[in-house]
Formats: sequence, structure tokens, C-alpha cells
Amino acid sequence: MSNTAEKTRYSGRPSSDKGLVSWLTTTDHKRIGVMYFITVLVFFTLGGIESGLIRWQLAQAEQTPLTEEIYNQVFTMHGITMVFLVVMPLSAAFFNYLIPLMIGARDVAFPRLNAFSYWVYLFGGIFLYSSFLLGGAPNASWVGYPPISTEAVSNMGFYAVGLNILGVSSLAAAVNFIVTILNMRAPGMTFMRMPVFIWMSLVTNFLVLFAMPIIAVALFMLLADISFGAQFFDPATGGDPMLYQHLFWLFGHPEVYIMILPAMGIVSEILPVGSRKPLFGYAAVVFAGAAIGFIGFGVWAHHMFTTALGPVARSAFGLTTMFIAVPTGIKIFNWVFTMWGGKLRFHTPMLFSIGFVSMFVIGGLSGVMHAIVPHNAQQHDTYFVVAHFHYVLFGGALFGLIAGVYFWFPKVTGRLMNEGLGKVHFWTWLLGFNLVFGPMHMSGLLGQPRRTAVLPAELGGTVELYNLISSIGVLVITGSALVFLYNLVTSVRKGQIAGQDPWDARTLEWLTESPTPHVNFYAIPTVTQRDEFWHRKYAEDDAGRAVAVPAGASEDHVPEDGSGSGDRDTDGSAGDAGHGDGADGEHIHMPDPSYWPLVQTLGFFPAGYGMVYANPWLFGLGLLWLVVGVFGWINEPVAEGDDDEPEDAPTPATAAVR
Amino acid sequence: MGVDHRKLGIWTFLGSEFLFFGAFVAAYLLYLTTTAGGPGVEIFDIPFTSISSFVLLMSSLTMVLAHHAHTQGDLRRMRMWILATAGQGMVFLGGQVFEFNVFVREGLTLTTSPFASSFYVLTGFHGAHVFIGIVLLLSLYTFSLTGKVKPGQHLKTEMIGLYWHFVDIVWVVIFTVVYLIPEIAVLG
Amino acid sequence: MREHHESRRPRRRSTGLLLATALVLAGCSGDQSALSPAGPYAQDPHDLIVIVTVIALVVFVFVQGLIIYSVVKFRTRKDDDGSLPVQVHGNTKLEIVWTMIPAVILAVIAVPTVQMIFSTMEEPEDEHLVVEVIGHRWWFEYYYPDFDVYTANEMVIPTDTPVRLEMIAGDPGHSQDSAVIHSFWIPALAGKQDLLPNHTTFLNMQADEPGTYLGQCAEYCGLSHVNMRARVHAMEAADFDQWVEEQSTPAEVPDGGPEAEGRELFHDLGDRQSCAACHQVWEGDGARSPSQGPDLTHLMSRDEFAGAIVDLDEETLRQWLADPNSIKPMQYEVNGIGMPDLDLTDDELDALVAYLLTLQ
Ligand code: HEA
Ligand code: HEA
Ligand code: HEC
Ligand code: CUA
Ligand SMILES: [Cu+2]
Repeated sequence: MSNTAEKTRYSGRPSSDKGLVSWLTTTDHKRIGVMYFITVLVFFTLGGIESGLIRWQLAQAEQTPLTEEIYNQVFTMHGITMVFLVVMPLSAAFFNYLIPLMIGARDVAFPRLNAFSYWVYLFGGIFLYSSFLLGGAPNASWVGYPPISTEAVSNMGFYAVGLNILGVSSLAAAVNFIVTILNMRAPGMTFMRMPVFIWMSLVTNFLVLFAMPIIAVALFMLLADISFGAQFFDPATGGDPMLYQHLFWLFGHPEVYIMILPAMGIVSEILPVGSRKPLFGYAAVVFAGAAIGFIGFGVWAHHMFTTALGPVARSAFGLTTMFIAVPTGIKIFNWVFTMWGGKLRFHTPMLFSIGFVSMFVIGGLSGVMHAIVPHNAQQHDTYFVVAHFHYVLFGGALFGLIAGVYFWFPKVTGRLMNEGLGKVHFWTWLLGFNLVFGPMHMSGLLGQPRRTAVLPAELGGTVELYNLISSIGVLVITGSALVFLYNLVTSVRKGQIAGQDPWDARTLEWLTESPTPHVNFYAIPTVTQRDEFWHRKYAEDDAGRAVAVPAGASEDHVPEDGSGSGDRDTDGSAGDAGHGDGADGEHIHMPDPSYWPLVQTLGFFPAGYGMVYANPWLFGLGLLWLVVGVFGWINEPVAEGDDDEPEDAPTPATAAVR
Repeated sequence: MGVDHRKLGIWTFLGSEFLFFGAFVAAYLLYLTTTAGGPGVEIFDIPFTSISSFVLLMSSLTMVLAHHAHTQGDLRRMRMWILATAGQGMVFLGGQVFEFNVFVREGLTLTTSPFASSFYVLTGFHGAHVFIGIVLLLSLYTFSLTGKVKPGQHLKTEMIGLYWHFVDIVWVVIFTVVYLIPEIAVLG
Repeated sequence: MREHHESRRPRRRSTGLLLATALVLAGCSGDQSALSPAGPYAQDPHDLIVIVTVIALVVFVFVQGLIIYSVVKFRTRKDDDGSLPVQVHGNTKLEIVWTMIPAVILAVIAVPTVQMIFSTMEEPEDEHLVVEVIGHRWWFEYYYPDFDVYTANEMVIPTDTPVRLEMIAGDPGHSQDSAVIHSFWIPALAGKQDLLPNHTTFLNMQADEPGTYLGQCAEYCGLSHVNMRARVHAMEAADFDQWVEEQSTPAEVPDGGPEAEGRELFHDLGDRQSCAACHQVWEGDGARSPSQGPDLTHLMSRDEFAGAIVDLDEETLRQWLADPNSIKPMQYEVNGIGMPDLDLTDDELDALVAYLLTLQ
């Protein structure tokens, strides 16, 4: 991550591009992506340790190394951590690093807002975890159903506030990415030329945009009940706990697609590269993704089949749920047929992608089994459900995201991760994962309920055996994770130099150097086709056979010497100010670093604790802090969002092409 | 295409806000009659709220005028209309504070019933939005004095205007759904 | 709390093992498995899911087969010439095929699914028994309105008769204050159904054979959710009638000895809360009425207690009275839920246990 562009300095804005301060003040989407990733590793370790404790407790029947009380906190925090502090931000790490690169832009639309999102995420996570030191972590499960969640002993104030803080982060990021994708695509990148990952990012961020406010409402109501004695969910005065469930799942189901679609996007990028063929049925994959997003808002009550829902509602939601298998199936088959007839190279990212397709199908099929409403009443809240969602979340989302880590690691660091270790990681990961979660299908059907602190011996020896296998599996995963970690750490320094295009890839991010230069592209590329980069390397003959194009065809890719072409400054929208000099002395607009995102977001701590403890002073302080932060932000000299240029200046890049 | 980043950003954000208020309104409708023996919709003073609603509605007009003045580069008139808008917002907020006080004295507090909770939280969140809007307007006013906002930069006014109109429209929905329809249903 | 658990757990383990062996001998009766339905309301969904599972397995084998085939067939071979494969971009016909086939499969599954949703939920046409189920933290209470009988943890039903459960959550007593959601689930007899604080829900159940069917509260309900287990004893109609008969008779009043002393203490513990404040032992006068704790009139007719997690015997009963949290964490001191630790002396314990043992 060398910082080639020298900056014009503005008083009042930090200017270092090395050292700690440069990271704390960065507004560079690439650095923010890396920070997301590293933070996720830490939270993944925490969530993993929690899952280890869960499996320790359940390794044998009737043992309680953790008391019921602690166990309940641990499984709740495990769920919250993995969903909100691991999978979602890991996706955000990819959004950050890749969206501008893949659409041929220099940064996101609002760089400081981007830094803001990151810090809010970090502090939201710290806030949640601080509950362990302040009287106990939340213990009413990651879904937080009232009435238990409104009782003081459930510590769910931290949940209600913590998740809302994280929601602010996601919402800000969603606005940012949506605007970036809609507004900042390189000239010629029409919608149907966008990489599938960009498409899935767009859909995901729209889901975030529309789902987050709904859970925010649910959480505010919960908080009002917990901290201020409101009556939303108190049955004693006629409050209806079902309202919370509806709101939660109206968010919660789109949320599961928020977690899976980015991974699907990643896999859609890697499989073609590994197969050396374009994605089969690009349009179908894109539309299926959008369809999943739409239908995803109409199935929420399938988490509530055993509540007071009447038969008509049960039928309706059962049907919509089943039919979501259709667009998902379209994607699966398109992926398989991407491989069909190709020449497959099994590097680690490809292995994880194939693993994704294979494991996700298992999770998807058990999902369809849940939708068989009469039998859902047997599966609901058993380990069969636990098996289902770990297959889609771990076998799906996490496999896909890890594939992405291996794939884009050379983009970020300029070095490849070790292939041998990568393969060890993949196979042990696959093995460990199936050991942990495969048996849960059976133990669930044999009657093991979830969220139970003890494995009752009554369930019988078979169930005990399955649980023991699950627990042993965690050891395998842990070993595997350590291999991964070792590989990450050593490859940063010692990995084989990747060069610009280690995978023979297809999309724009590989058009520029690795590690990515600070300005991303010395000249903004003009896009003429889908898989632009690939087409600059190969042309298709009449038989559909690809033939290499002589090097140098990439007319607008300016190497280091920086003899730029004309479309250089096409992203000079009013938005991204901050000025750097290109190697040739021409201005390249790059966002300036800023203290304010960090300084301002610290205000979420007083505000958050103020809400949890219903302390108006603390809350007022936090609010004031945030407001002052906004003004500091506005008053900062020259930044994105400052229209010093006249209003009706020509607008972004993409306008040129339509 | 061709929309400024910031404008598109605001639109996107407001899309999200629609669902935020939508969910609260849905909850309110669910609890319309869940009054746990406490006061219900009959407590509303429609004429009073109509007036404050009208004031808020009019503030949208002054907001438009402010933006128009800004596009003409006339910062002086723009400032005047901005102040007028903020002032009307404050009148509305004052009305809300007054109204809340009356309701509390009549026995409707946040903790009275699900109906009361959803009424206060819904209208309270709307009030908070108005408040933020006022802060934005006053900042705009100040910045236009200090030169931070220049005559050519009417996009800033436009964006705050978008937000303000949104808050207004939401109030129209809230006034209709929260005050008018239930009251008519109960009385009629 | 740890060592308390240890004192409790190993004992249960042996029960469990014993039970497990018993199960193997007795076939499937008595386990908590959704795979061994023992009545029509469990059997029908089971038959449906078997079909769906087969379909899912076919899809699974087909897709994984495709993946494995592709991986093997299209791997880059050692002698590869380095040329690129044919660049296929898609195929509309295939696309339509793999949209339609899953849609058709699902449409076929959807029909019986919807039918069964209705058929399992509607009130049974035949003559049926009604049992009210009340979910407390952390135990199930059962009320038989036809016979005015209260019992807890272990439900008793006649075989071959549909039972319609009318369920609600309520803590303490039947008030809605601080009630939370539970879910009643006896896998062998029917799927689960939630119990809500302010809304009656219904569940149909039927056992074809006499036997004991295990279950568990299936909705997370806080601290001791895991310790909220359930039983259904199904018996022939004649046995059931006899059970009702027994349950309908008032408890005997002991006329001397430690038992009588225990009865005194039950109603009066000085400045501590009396047992009778939360438990009813019905002695014939007044009505039977729900209370904060389980009805103890015929306590000893049950095999297990405290949410059906421990065997009901003298020793365990004593432990329960002396230190209830050692058997089941409840935190009565914090939130007033469950059974309090009443600081009983050894003498009091002796007397109370002696009395409770008379409640046959
Ligand atoms: C990444 C996350 C993710 C994804 C993608 C999914 C995908 C699906 N989920 Fe899952 N789900 C969760 C995460 C996810 N889920 C979580 C976290 C929970 C538990 C929450 C909690 O209670 O804590 C849950 C719970 C859950 C339930 C509630 C269970 C219960 O508690 O009772 C149901 C019920 O219908 C369900 C259904 C489905 C379905 C039908 C899909 C479908 O989208 C799957 C579609 C895919 C396929 C079907 C495979 C590929 C298709 C083909 C190869 C075509 C041919 C197929 C056929 C003809 C069938 N899920
Ligand atoms: C993406 C989401 C995700 C992921 C990845 C996981 C991963 C795992 N989960 Fe998770 N789980 C959930 C989401 C997830 N879970 C959710 C939402 C719930 C529901 C909660 C609720 O009911 O409220 C749940 C519940 C849940 C339960 C049920 C608890 C209960 O109902 O009582 C169990 C039980 O076994 C379990 C086990 C595991 C295990 C063993 C892993 C393992 O696969 C984890 C493996 C990871 C590790 C072992 C970490 C290893 C890493 C290191 C050791 C070093 C790395 C170090 C550095 C980077 C510094 N999970
Ligand atoms: C504050 C209320 C309260 C008091 C006082 C109280 N109990 Fe309990 N008791 C309960 C509750 C609640 C339960 C159910 C706990 C559970 O299983 O979760 C219970 C359970 C029991 C059980 C187990 C019943 C079963 O079938 O599971 C027995 C036996 C019992 N109590 C006896 C006593 C005796 C004897 C006393 C007096 C010394 C007493 N209780 C005092 C509330 C009380
Ligand atoms: Cu009751 Cu879980
Ligand atoms: Cu879902």
C-alpha cells in the first residue's frame, strides 16, 4: 500500500501517510477495508472461543463446566458476534476494498463517511463486549425475543443499543456503497457490464438500507421497554411480544441474504477465473440475486411457524419460502455450468468456491425442509435448525468470504498466500466443519433442542455421540484456523511476489498494480465489455475460442511513468476533493485523511451507556459529542462533500457513456 | 445518472427513513386501542394539532422559497426564508412539547400503555427529526454568514430542503394516521 | 453452583443410562425423537418429511454429482496445451429447464404441505379430551377442565383419544405479569407449539400406544430453559379413568407424627413465606385453584419433579427443599421466579419431607 501521490497539505487535516496516525485518520477505502478485515479476525477469534465453550459444555451429557447463566451469555454473544461482528463486516471489508477498484473509481463516494462506518463498527463491537465487565453480557439469544429480553437479568440493554450502533455503521456504509456503485462507475461500465460481485453488493446494500431501519425500530422499542418502562411488549398491559418477532424477522430474513449475497458475488468472480471461462448465464445470476433480495422480504414468518400464526399465514409463508429455492437453484446451476467444459485450476480460492457451492446446497436443502410447515414444528428450535444455518453461514458465507481472502490477498499485499498451507487449510476446514455441523442434523431430529445449557442424558447415547463428534470437530477447525492465520501473517512478508495478474483474472481491479497504488488507477479505464480486463488480454474467435491479444492493448492503462490518457480526470466530481499530484504533475483527486470520523464516533460510548443506564447526562454528553463532531467534520478544510466548485460542473464519470 | 453524490446519498438515506417511520406507524396502528385503561385517542386535540401541522406544512413552502433564492444567488433572501422555516419548525416543536405536557397531565405517559408508548415514541422520533432539521437550518444560516456556504452552492440548501420536506411528508402521514382517522373512527 | 451441579448430574446420568437401556429394550417408546412418531399428529408430518427428504437427497446427489463430475472431468490435465476452453456464455434452454424443474418439484410438495397445515391444526372432529397447558418459568402446569384436576410436569392422557391442548403462558399463578414465551413439545406425539403470554394457542396430540413420551420446552425462556422438561404418560382408557379418580380425591390429612408436624410447617413457617403461599394441597374444602408453584395434592403420584428433570425420591426432595438452586438455578432472590430457598432447619426438612411423602 505504497502511497505514491504526494499531497497538497491543508492546515487542520492530518497529513502523514505512514505510521499509526495515518491509519487512525485514513479515509482510503483500501486501508479501511484492511482495517475491517483485521478487526474481523479478532472478533472471529472471540466468536470462535465462545463456540468452543459451547461445544465444551455439550461434549458430554449432564456436565456443566459453565453454569446455565454463563452458557446463556456465551451462546447469545456467539450468535451476535458471528452475525454482526464477523460476517457482515467481513463483507464490508470486501465492499470497501473492491467496489471502487472493480468499477474503476479512485475511492468511494464519501470517504470520511466510510471511515466513520468503520469506527462505529469497531466501537459498537467494543461496546457490546464491554457488557461482560459490566454485570454480564446479553443472555436472551441473538434474536432477543421479549418478554425475557426486557427483564433486567437479561442484560439486553447492551444488545438493543449495541446493535443499533452497529446498524448506524451498516446504514452509513450502505448509503455510501449504493451511491458509489450508481454514480462512480468508470466510463462504459453499464449495469450489465458490472461484475457480479458489484451487482450482489448493490443488492446487499439495498437490503441493508431497507432492513436496518426495521430492526432499529424493534430495538428502540425494546430499549424503551428495558430502560424507560415503555409498554410495547409487556403482556400485562396488552403489549404483544409477537410484534417484536415480526419486526425482528422482517429484518432478520433479509439479513441472512445480506450475509450470503456478498459471498455469492465473490464466488461468481472466482469460479470463472478458476475455470478460465466466463460466468455461465451472467444475466440469470444477476437477476436471480435481485429476485432473492425481493422475495427475501416476503418470507420472514417462516421463523415463526410455531407461534400464534394461523393456518392461512402458515401456508402463505411456507409457499414463499419454498419458492426462494428457485432463484437460488438458478445460481447454483449456473455456477456448476461455469465449471462445465472449462479447464479448472484448483488453487485455494477455487477450492473454497467449490466448497461453497457444495456446502451451501446442503444448507439450502435443509432450509427447504424447514419450509415444510407441518414438520417445521418438529425441527424448529432444534439442532436441525442449528445445522441448517451453520451450513449456509459457515459452509456458505464464510467459505465464500475466505475464498475471497485468498483470491484478493495478492491484490492487497502484492504477495500470494502459500498454496500448500492454503490447501491444508481448505481440507481441514471442510473436514472440521462437516464434523461439527453434519451430526447436528441427526441430533436435532432425535430431539436435541437448541439454546439448552445442558445436554440431557435422556436423549440417549446416539445423541451424545453426535455431540461428542461435533465437539471434536471444533478442535479440527481451530487447528485449521491457526494454519490460516499463520499463512496470512507469514505471507504478508514472505509470500511469493504476485505480479499484477496472478490468477489470469477478468475484472478491473487487476488492471492496476498489486499492491494497489494509492490512486488506484493512474488513469481511469474505459470499459467496453463485461470482464473488461480479460478482453484486453484475449479476444474470442468465431468458435468461441479465446486467443491472446498482444500486450499493450490496454490503451488507457498508464504504467508508472504516468503518460496519462485523456479520460484521466473523469471522476473529478465535486465529491472527492483532496488533491494529489499524479506522477506527471497532473492533479489526481484523492480524499484527505481526517481525525473527525474517529473523534466523533467515540461519542457513541457516552451516548450508548447513557441509553443502557437511562442516564440523561451521559446520553446528553454523547449527543453533544456527536453533534460537535459533525461540525468539526463540516468545518474541516476541503473535503469530499464540499462543493467549492460551481454547482453545475459536469458530473461523474459514468454520465459520459449511456 | 448525473445526480450529485450527496443528493443521491440523501435520497438513499430517506428511502431508509421511510421504513423506519413505516414500522413505527404499523406498531401504533396495532396498539391503537390497547390503552390498558388509560387515555386513548379521544385525548387528542385535533384543532390544536391541525394548527401546528399547518405551520409545519407552511414551512415546506418557505423552504422552497429559500432554495429558490439560493439558486438565484440571493443569500440575503435565502437566509430570511431559512429563518422563517426554522422558526416554523420551532413553533411546531413547541406545540408538540405543549401537547405532550397536556397529555401527561391527563394521565398519558410513556409507561401507561402500549398505545401511549407507541404514540410517544412515534411522534417523539418525528420531533427529533424536526429538531435535527432545525439544527441543520440554523447551521446553514450561520455558514452562509461566515462564507462557508457560498451563493453558488445551493445544493446544500437543496439537500437540507429534501430532508425537511421528507420530515414534513412524514408528518402528514402521521397526522392523518395517528390523529385524524382514529379520532374520526372513535367519535363516528 | 458448580459443586451442586456435580452432586446432581452424575445421578441423573445413571438414570439416563438406565433409561437408554430400557429404551433399547422397549423399542422406541419413550424417547424424544421426531423420527419415531407414536400418534397420527406426529405420523402425518413425518410421512411428509420422509418424501421431502428423499427429494432433497435426490437433488443433493444430483448437484454434488454434477460438481464432482465437473471437477474430475474438466480439471486441467498435465498434458494441457495451455489453450483456453471454449468460451460459453450461457444457454437459454438450460436456464429455463433449471428454473422450471425445481419450481415444479416445489409445487408438487406444496400441495400436501398446505393440506396438512390445515388438517393438523383444526379441532379434532371425534370426541376429544381437553387439557389446558400453562407454561411457567420453568415448569409446565396442566389443568383438566372436565375433571377439575391440576397436575404438573407429567401429563397423563388416554390412548387412542385425540387430545386438544389449550395453551397459555403465565407467571406467577395464571397472571400475565412477567410471563414469557414457552413451547410445548412432545416429538413423538406432535410438533411443538408456542405458549404465549396473552394469547391462547392450540395443539392436537394423540398417542396410539401406552407409554411415556419425553419432551422439552422448546422456546428459549431464560436461565433454566434447559431444565423445563415435560412428559406425557399415555395409558389405556381404564387406567386413565382410575388416574382421574385418584387425582380427584382430596389429600389425606396426617393425624400425628412428623407428617402432621410437616403439614403444620407447610402452612406456617413463621416469618418466612409458607409453602402454602405458593402451593396447594387440596384437602377437600374450597376449590382447587392454580397457584404460583405446582399443585402438590398428589405430588407422589409423579415420577419426576422440578420440571421433570430429577427423579422424585426422598433424598432429592430433601435436597430440593434445602437448596432448590442446586437442582435447578432459578435466582428467586433476584427476580422472584421459581422456588425460594427458605433456610429450613434439618428438623423442618425432616418433617416437611415426611409430609410430602404422604401426598400419594
Ligand atoms: C446465510 C444465511 C441463510 C440462508 C442463505 C438461508 C437460506 C434459507 N433458509 Fe434459513 N436460516 C438462517 C440463515 C440462512 N438461511 C438462519 C441464521 C436461521 C436461524 C435463525 C435463528 O432462529 O436463530 C435460519 C432459519 C430458517 C428457517 C426457520 C427454521 C426454524 O427456526 O424453524 C427456515 C424455515 O423455512 C429457513 C429456510 C430457508 C430457506 C428455504 C432458504 C433458501 O434460501 C435456501 C435455498 C437454496 C437451496 C434450496 C439449494 C439450492 C437449490 C437447488 C439446487 C435447486 C433445486 C432445489 C429444490 C428443488 C428444493 N431458514
Ligand atoms: C456466521 C455465523 C456463525 C459461525 C461462523 C458460527 C460458527 C460456529 N458455531 Fe455458531 N451460531 C451462529 C452463527 C455462527 N456460528 C448463530 C447465529 C447462532 C445462534 C445463536 C442463538 O441461538 O442465539 C449459533 C449457535 C451455535 C450453537 C448452538 C448453541 C445453542 O443453541 O445452545 C452451536 C453449538 O454447537 C454453535 C457452534 C458453532 C461452532 C462450533 C462454530 C465454529 O465453526 C467456529 C469455528 C471458529 C473457531 C474455532 C475460531 C478459530 C480461530 C482461532 C482459534 C484463531 C484465529 C485467530 C486469530 C485471527 C487471531 N453455534
Ligand atoms: C415463592 C413461592 C414458593 C414457595 C414459598 C415454595 N415454593 Fe415450592 N415451588 C415453587 C415453584 C415456582 C416451583 C416450581 C419450580 C420449577 O420446577 O421450576 C416449586 C416447586 C416445588 C416442588 C416440586 C413440584 C413439582 O412437581 O415439580 C416441591 C415438592 C415444592 N416446591 C415444595 C415446597 C415446599 C415444601 C415449600 C415450603 C417449605 C415450598 N415449596 C415453598 C414456589 C414456591
Ligand atoms: Cu420454557 Cu423454555
Ligand atoms: Cu429466514
